[in-house]
Amino acid sequence: MTGSTTDRAATAAAASTTAAAATTTTAPAADAARTEPARILAHPGASVPDAFTQAELGWLPWLEPADEATLTERQYAGLVDRSRASSDYFRLLVRDPDILRARTLTDKDIFYNAADGLPRAERELAAAATSRFNGCIFCASVHARFASHHSKRHDDVQRLLDDGTDAAQDAAWRAVIDAAVALAATPSRLSPSHLDALRAAGFDQQSVADVIHSAAFFNWANRLMLSLGEPEEPAGA
Amino acid sequence: MTDLIDRLAGVRPGGSVDALRRHRPATRDNAQASYDALFTEIDETHATRAERAAVAQFVAVLHDDEVAAAHYAALARDAGGDRLADAISDVAGAARATGPYGRYPADGPLAGESVDGPRFLLDDHGHAELGDRLAAALEHAHLLVFRPRESSPAALVALADAGWSTDGIVTLSQLVSFLAFQLRVAAGLRLLTNEEAAA
Repeated sequence: MTGSTTDRAATAAAASTTAAAATTTTAPAADAARTEPARILAHPGASVPDAFTQAELGWLPWLEPADEATLTERQYAGLVDRSRASSDYFRLLVRDPDILRARTLTDKDIFYNAADGLPRAERELAAAATSRFNGCIFCASVHARFASHHSKRHDDVQRLLDDGTDAAQDAAWRAVIDAAVALAATPSRLSPSHLDALRAAGFDQQSVADVIHSAAFFNWANRLMLSLGEPEEPAGA
Repeated sequence: MTDLIDRLAGVRPGGSVDALRRHRPATRDNAQASYDALFTEIDETHATRAERAAVAQFVAVLHDDEVAAAHYAALARDAGGDRLADAISDVAGAARATGPYGRYPADGPLAGESVDGPRFLLDDHGHAELGDRLAAALEHAHLLVFRPRESSPAALVALADAGWSTDGIVTLSQLVSFLAFQLRVAAGLRLLTNEEAAA
């Protein structure tokens, strides 16, 4: 079983932190309450990080995850990996199981189908740069860590987090980061010159398409992670 | 079956960009499955077809993507009528901006990276025209598109106050966030299809 990128860390971290931190934990009554206005969760005691880091963080939901005891087979299909039922993030998203399933399978292929095309390290770099630019401290922590692991270039990754997407990098990473940042803008600023820079740095056309997909995907992931909950520094960190 | 990203990006069947996409069939198929889960094969209990199409039309205009805006406007017209699609076109045109922007905590180390920009709120006329539920959804979509770093529990309270359920907020969040992906893949691949056409 392969866990997925941002999600894998959320599984472990959210499972260990949320139960203690949520102030309202009453499970909603089944169907009768389904269409009632949402109840918003607050975590007044949480230690929310205010800087980018490669350290492991938790994630606290602002909406009630689905009750694990009543998950349907369709919802387990949405989780893809049954073990994700222990994650608050996934049990929140599994309230709409079909889009969660399609999202997760898209994520897995973009980041883990790396027999050819863009190497794993540069896929994670594109994810980390996008997250840094959009301001997703949680997503950036996970994917900076993965980028460091696959590239063995911890200091270069840390410079991206500390000094931002304009911080000095070699030509190949410069090209990946610049393309990711340009694509993260709304409207997109990605231009033919970004693609030329990637090719000049040695990336083939499949790799260029992989940069586009890796960066584009984190504009999806960042918005879910940022808007449905918040990161938390683990106790004792 | 039509692949929407192919259509948005102008991918030529049998061409080089088509080959790049077909080399990653799980990505291609699940991007389309994501679209279908949000817009085609849907349960309207928590978010209606018209609400989904209207928000998508709004988001596509904010991304300055004319092809996508036309596609989602057609969905909105089909699900909610001309009046809905025209109203969305009006409010979206006035809501365009350049992102991402937004503030970081003023007392934190990222305060120097805070960037201000417009916060989109519909006036009374907009609420009357679109209804409180859709008005709240559009305001939230604008937040997610341009300043996701300013997301907050208060933003979700605004949706709940307008009647959005927990399930509905999850679907709405997925829809706007998915479009942030789909429209960028289309934008990136469009550059490649333009190169292919010029070669």
